[in-house]
Amino acid sequence: MNIVMSTPDWWALFQHFCLLSLLGVGGAITTAPEMHRFLVDEQHWLNDMQFSSSMALAQASPGPNVLFVAVMGWNVGLNAAGGLGAGSRAWTLGILGVLVMMLGIMLPSSVLTYVATRWAHRNRDMRGVKAFKAGMAPIVVALLVCTGWLLTAAHSQPARDWPLWVLTTVTALVVWRTRIHLLWLLAAGAILGAMGLI
Amino acid sequence: MPVNPNADPLASEPLSQPQSKTDLFTTFSHMALQGFGGVLTVVQRELVERKRWMTSAQFVEEWSVAQIMPGPNVVNLSLMIGGRYFGLSGALAALAGLLLLPLILVLTLAMVFGGVSDNSYAQGALRGMGAVAAGLIIATGLKLTRALIENVMGWTVCLVLAVLTFVGVGLLRLPLAWVLLGLGLMACAYAYVKLGPKGSDKVTGVSP
Repeated sequence: MNIVMSTPDWWALFQHFCLLSLLGVGGAITTAPEMHRFLVDEQHWLNDMQFSSSMALAQASPGPNVLFVAVMGWNVGLNAAGGLGAGSRAWTLGILGVLVMMLGIMLPSSVLTYVATRWAHRNRDMRGVKAFKAGMAPIVVALLVCTGWLLTAAHSQPARDWPLWVLTTVTALVVWRTRIHLLWLLAAGAILGAMGLI
Repeated sequence: MPVNPNADPLASEPLSQPQSKTDLFTTFSHMALQGFGGVLTVVQRELVERKRWMTSAQFVEEWSVAQIMPGPNVVNLSLMIGGRYFGLSGALAALAGLLLLPLILVLTLAMVFGGVSDNSYAQGALRGMGAVAAGLIIATGLKLTRALIENVMGWTVCLVLAVLTFVGVGLLRLPLAWVLLGLGLMACAYAYVKLGPKGSDKVTGVSP
């Protein structure tokens, strides 16, 4: 995939991710649907395949889930360079993409969290602080379930995609109810997928 | 007598704490590299059970704040813990530990995958892992519903709020900000009322 990224484009990308950073309550991953709308549908900086494989790669790799944003940044950079074949230009733009998107998604929320939690910790017995924690809890929990739901619902052709839905449901139940190591499940998903069973 | 949520009467063993910023960096690196498909489980095991930097009760409290603040949960938690012991530089040490090695790893993976992305096996494998990853996220949400049982608003109200959030964001695809501002404000206001003037004394709801 080939795209052209001008300096204002990079700036727009940075600004958009700064905004998403502040909306990402419950984790950056809760803004994934909005990222998809912006990057794939509106700007065409990533295609559908690159978007979902960025998510999956980050899930398959250890570390915080937010790293999917780094992989997307890398892919946007590669697209702007015209692919990995562009050599050092691809590296430069790839790393630029990682920096722009990771700084965007992390900086505003981190500054806010650092300042607010220092304050909240000093005032942890205050009624308002407690009400905020209690009030947001059910919403935050539901947003997690939503994210998984939206990832699944992106595969919207029942005849072709039903095995994926079954796999997602089974995984959710197994992880919820047992203490099995998550690596086994990811490996099982990879094997089933590679064999073309789902 | 006011119950301080940070005073855990069940904590028999004395708590420990990070020795240095290097300790913060390596501890968070170590956790991050074990955490596939989310780091929550590893963080709990490591910080509460092995390192004993905090009690279970403290962990739940810290975690709910980390969740509620915008931004990645584990990132927020690293900033909070690092900041608590060593101020801003501690927060940055913990954050760097959490991100540095996994970032290098995931980008290496992306490069390797870039070379084989046309391969149907690789695409199939990612498709399968994507479905599993969706399941992992849903399961984490389901697991955390347990934390709502103790909520001052009561289980039923929590369930209604959760279902409304799911309908709004998951089914109607409303913008996240509307849901957070609309439902979130109402929920916080209700919790504020339920906590009562002496709200600072209790975490769980007591029926009148």
